[in-house]
Amino acid sequence: MRTRATIALLTPVLVLGLGACTQAKSAAGTAITVDAKDDSCTLSVSETTTGDREFKITNNGTKVTEFYVITEEGMVVSEVENLTPGMTRSLFVKIKKPGNYEGNCKPGMVGDGITAALKVTGEAISTATDPKLHEAAQTYQKWVATEADELLAKTTEFVAAVKAKDVEKAKSLYAVARAPWERIEPVAESFGDLDPAIDGREDVIAEGLEFTGFHRLEKDLWVDGLQADSDAIADRLLADVTTIVTRAKSVELDGLQIANGAKELLDEMATGKITGEEDRYSHTDLFDFAANWEGSKKGVEVLRPVLDSKKAEFLADYDKAAATLDELIAKQKKGDGYALYDSVSKADIQALSDALTAVSEQVGKIGAALAQQ
Amino acid sequence: MTSRESTNRPGIASSAGDSRSLDVGGGAAASRRALIATGAGAGLAVAGAGLAYAGGLASADRPVGGAGPAAGAAGGGEDLSAAVPFRGVRQAGIITPAQDRMHFVALDVVPGTTRAELAGMFKAWTKATERMTLGAEAAPGGVAGGNPLAAPKDTGEAMGLPASGLTVTVGFGPSFFDDRFGLADRRPEGLTELPAFRLDDLDPARSGGDICLQACAHDPQVAVHAIRNLIRLGFGKISVRWSQLGFGRTSSTSTTQATPRNLFGFKDGTNNLKAEEPELLDQHVWVQPADLAGVPGSSWFAGGSYLVSRRIRMHIEVWDSTNLQEQDATFGRRKGKGEPMGQKDEFDAPDFDKLGADGQPAIPRTSHVFLAHEKQLHGIRILRRGYNFTDGTDGLGRLDAGLFFVAFMRDAHKQFVPMQQALAAKDALNEYIVHNGSALFACPPGVAENEPEDYWARSLLSE
Repeated sequence: MRTRATIALLTPVLVLGLGACTQAKSAAGTAITVDAKDDSCTLSVSETTTGDREFKITNNGTKVTEFYVITEEGMVVSEVENLTPGMTRSLFVKIKKPGNYEGNCKPGMVGDGITAALKVTGEAISTATDPKLHEAAQTYQKWVATEADELLAKTTEFVAAVKAKDVEKAKSLYAVARAPWERIEPVAESFGDLDPAIDGREDVIAEGLEFTGFHRLEKDLWVDGLQADSDAIADRLLADVTTIVTRAKSVELDGLQIANGAKELLDEMATGKITGEEDRYSHTDLFDFAANWEGSKKGVEVLRPVLDSKKAEFLADYDKAAATLDELIAKQKKGDGYALYDSVSKADIQALSDALTAVSEQVGKIGAALAQQ
Repeated sequence: MTSRESTNRPGIASSAGDSRSLDVGGGAAASRRALIATGAGAGLAVAGAGLAYAGGLASADRPVGGAGPAAGAAGGGEDLSAAVPFRGVRQAGIITPAQDRMHFVALDVVPGTTRAELAGMFKAWTKATERMTLGAEAAPGGVAGGNPLAAPKDTGEAMGLPASGLTVTVGFGPSFFDDRFGLADRRPEGLTELPAFRLDDLDPARSGGDICLQACAHDPQVAVHAIRNLIRLGFGKISVRWSQLGFGRTSSTSTTQATPRNLFGFKDGTNNLKAEEPELLDQHVWVQPADLAGVPGSSWFAGGSYLVSRRIRMHIEVWDSTNLQEQDATFGRRKGKGEPMGQKDEFDAPDFDKLGADGQPAIPRTSHVFLAHEKQLHGIRILRRGYNFTDGTDGLGRLDAGLFFVAFMRDAHKQFVPMQQALAAKDALNEYIVHNGSALFACPPGVAENEPEDYWARSLLSE
């Protein structure tokens, strides 16, 4: 992250303040004191062991300061900010791995701060997999399998209508068949080769690919009328979906993948659906939007017991934002489906977009929360 | 950096860091930037303490000469990289010498948001802004020091850039005081919508808003970074209503600054109020406690100022093909040096009684200078702080450009309104401009210097 080496070369005078330490190693249970001044950062020890450690920082300088515990790789393990002159605060850190850590005081809150080395010895603390996480993954996979079955069933109906040249029926089934696909899109998309064939838009031609799948049939149904090769396209769609369904049902996911999937679905909504790009001929974008959202919500739902046990504070913000998005989507309900994109007001689109951004900001925190011990 | 303890312990590879001082100009004799300039042999002129954050990047990841306008652009001794204090009796960004760039955004509060949630957002904004104005990340370790599985808390594009004089100024529109947050009894009397003016062609999508944030800096990337990160902190509570980027300040707000030119090519704001005129500022810019006596609940606003913004589109191509004589007559100043017509130097007082060779007033009665001058407006003055803008083209091949007028004043209805009414009625400039955005905001006083827990508009938002 930072180019500390450059600084070290330029400023050869080191302020470590460790020379005077009488106690060179902290015992578990004893706080490591930090004397933070404007021009020095002194730890009471230069070495400690893995485990739960308390740092007791006193700002003996004249500027507002901060204190960081940083790994060898430059990652912040923990930090305390806004220490005004004279203030003492405790920072509790679980140090999981041995290594060469740094304590870093940052008087005035800017710059690289003043570093004091802290060597950590002892055994690495193992991070056993949370059984709740395993359970969450099982639940999610079962749900993916159900959606995959639904995808196959609805696509079969849709393809049958196309081949029967029943344009009206096929149109009514188009968005319905896509819904389960959109719910499990990140899983389906992970099979890179078939995604463009099933869900590619006309732009795939530019990449040298053939324009096939749902969107090709969408164009036939709404714009061009059924073509000589529409039947063949429909057959291929069903074959590709059948393959995807088999693969999706055998996929194994971990918690982080589910979390990333929940975020990816929101990203899809933000870049493809809220812009009206996805279903440019049928304008059924909000069907996809709602389905993506259902899929994302499912991911968070299965992870919730794990997150609850970690006291993830952002869940309250997530719930509020999610309720707003639910409400706004419900407002667009029309019969069994949703309003067509081109009939929705700009103000409503912006409200959906704002709510989506708010949800996304919170979902982006799940991965880190899962990794937290 | 000058008085570093030398309890040096060789063998431990660690950086001593750089103790750039917060108190600019105090103690930090050799700043990071000065060291880098020496080390890299690059001719980077540094006056005072440059406050780049995550220092070292400036040399390692970014060519020194490419560190933005801070390098070499300082001109008359002004250090464009330095920090402007965030805290103080007044909000920064009003009488702060106008920076070169602006990102202004008007926000609406999302339905269902509570006052307590807004107070929480303003606390987070205060904290992040104070950090960013120092040239620091929006949150500690915000760019790349956080958990790799979490989205970084700071968006990162200002990493390695100096503070660049960043200021962020907040304000509240009349709509903020409706029945949503229980603040109706705290609305200052003067915070009511501006009336319609003749020739206005206002676009609702470029007008109004519950809250405004004005970020100004000498580097556009720093200003945009500030707004981007603040909006992000407000997701779920606020919705962006409109925003405006400005380049090239169009007013001087300090006697230390030269008068800039607007996109018509004329010097603008010669006769502006200046930071060095405290009595005039009290008279024309800062809201006085007595102004608020009629509404006791509005006392939070004492020491604040009203902000009027107007997006003034210029018919650039029409103007450009207009002859010089008419251009001069439209403004009432000569284009070259900016002197009032009939005078010699820019800062000569205009003489409205002086006649020209043709027996007509040297400064035409329909000119901008005549109509906007305090003599014609019963002594009314305002602090102008606008920016030029160009938002691409208008679809007809013409520049969508003009002046994003921003002005601060003690009472918009007693100052801006009569001024604009006079201009709208007669100003020859109207042939070349159209106002298509408008907003009024009440900007509270500053965040207290010696109270770390104070936050923007606390006295307005606290229960």
